[in-house]
Amino acid sequence: MTLADLLDFLIGPFVEFGFMRRALAGCLALSLSAPPLGVFLMLRRMSLMSEAMSHAILPGAAAGFLVAGLSLPAMTLGGLVAGLAVALAAGLVTRSTVLKEDASLAAFYLISLAGGVFLVSLRGSQVDLLHILFGTVLALDDDALTLLGGISSLTLVALALLYRPLVIECVDPLFLRTVSRAGGPVHSAFLALVVVNLVGGFQALGTLLAVGLMLLPAITARFWAADLSGLIPVAMLVSMLSSVTGLLVSYHAGIRLPTGPAIVLAAGALYLVSMLVGPRGGLLHRLVRRRHLEA
Amino acid sequence: MSGEAARAGAIRFRGLTLGYDRHPAVHHLDGTIAPGDLLAVVGPNGAGKSTLLKGIVGEIRPLDGSVEAGPRSGAIAYLPQAAEIDRSFPLSVLDLVAMGLWRPLGAWRSLTRQRSRLIEALAAVGLNGFEDRPIGTLSGGQFQRALFARLILQDARIILLDEPFTGIDERTTADLLTLIRGWHREGRTVVAALHDLGQVRAHFASTLVLARRPIAWGPTREVLTPPVLARALRLSEAWDEAAAICRHDAHEHDAHEAHHGTDHGGSAESQAPGHSHSHDHHEHGHHDHDHGRAHHGAVS
Repeated sequence: MTLADLLDFLIGPFVEFGFMRRALAGCLALSLSAPPLGVFLMLRRMSLMSEAMSHAILPGAAAGFLVAGLSLPAMTLGGLVAGLAVALAAGLVTRSTVLKEDASLAAFYLISLAGGVFLVSLRGSQVDLLHILFGTVLALDDDALTLLGGISSLTLVALALLYRPLVIECVDPLFLRTVSRAGGPVHSAFLALVVVNLVGGFQALGTLLAVGLMLLPAITARFWAADLSGLIPVAMLVSMLSSVTGLLVSYHAGIRLPTGPAIVLAAGALYLVSMLVGPRGGLLHRLVRRRHLEA
Repeated sequence: MSGEAARAGAIRFRGLTLGYDRHPAVHHLDGTIAPGDLLAVVGPNGAGKSTLLKGIVGEIRPLDGSVEAGPRSGAIAYLPQAAEIDRSFPLSVLDLVAMGLWRPLGAWRSLTRQRSRLIEALAAVGLNGFEDRPIGTLSGGQFQRALFARLILQDARIILLDEPFTGIDERTTADLLTLIRGWHREGRTVVAALHDLGQVRAHFASTLVLARRPIAWGPTREVLTPPVLARALRLSEAWDEAAAICRHDAHEHDAHEAHHGTDHGGSAESQAPGHSHSHDHHEHGHHDHDHGRAHHGAVS
């Protein structure tokens, strides 16, 4: 294979087809905003919480779909409202009753998920349900791209503003409570960012896989970087790499390979490789015992 | 005197009852911790020492009565017993200690110009050269030193320490006690829950013996007597699930008298050396620990 062939293989699809360029742009925007949130979720041991949140979005999107058909603005707005409502309700229950956050969130997301499936089945075919569940990354229109870009920018700015209290809240929530009242609002703002990014991800990857680009790159980064200043950029890079790989694989594959799962599978492959060879606690590095230091 | 806010550094309890599920862990505590006091809170496990500190810092709400701490409750630095600090979080010692500057810096102001201050605080606790170590690699004693460095930077009028030397070796304890005496000299109010009575006798001016109810409160050498400690030990740790609703009238505490009549504990002959009917004579310097009977809490 010559260099030209390789270039054609890597760049050709994006040069040739507008829908591939759009898909790439959308995924790269998502790759800048979702993985940093995933890093914080992972460090707070809330990885599975985002999975619950992604299910919580479904009934809102479904309600939008019921009202307006397969319309992006309606479904986005619905998903946003449903996701934020579940996050806030779960937070409220956590603060005012005996339930811990994971339990209250689980209760609300299960209600929400069942309601969503119910709503979708009221109208529409199986195909529509698949669209909502698995996304349509190859059909991103201008509106969807604008939305993804906006979400990405908003998330990065908000994270920069929230960074310090968010880190303190992760490490020592009690300390933050004694010096400031920022803890509650910061936590809520963080959850809101997670919801917004999941709604963005659901345009491209669907509600079930939107979490993929948020968490897998963050978890992968843990094997390569030791602190936040390394984890966040590594997670972004892993996410971008997964997006490009997934798009190319689904384009070149002989069989019809859906794009959303291809992207998440690429991220999953990177995770497995990192788990084996990653220098920070990877499996191989644990097996090789290096001589200890003098002091 | 009831209406005026507690002076900076003072902590005032009015019929304070703290607890969990309506069962009191601290029962009807009255009195004032004078500004600049160096107070040890002692008592058996389950006596309410930690609960009292949590109540002062506002971590739990009183079941009854109130606690006033300084003009702003935020001016309190609090070192909890089992810090819920996530030590696996990838954070450097310098960043952990830098949290102490939250009050002046908030969420956005730059930390880079404060680096020398942070290094200084680390040096003061004997952690020179540790600034870039991840917090997960510190030993228990080193970590406690780092938390004390954070307390230094918080620069608070009131410092609450919940069993700060549990599991800490002698040398570290001695170093940290030196720091505490320094805070005392600077006029800060220090309240520490402790178990080592030798330590309390050697370093703490006054002592509150707590066994759910306050047993005695005053100058350490007058309070830490065998009969007082024996009484404290007799505390039953078990909850009485069928406990009747406490009829102790909260309003009586505002008058700062009438404690004697309301014996709701059953066995409480008053053990305190005396009762104060006025909390206004703390004007003298904090070096003088012989104000003795001035700041006792009422014992009911």
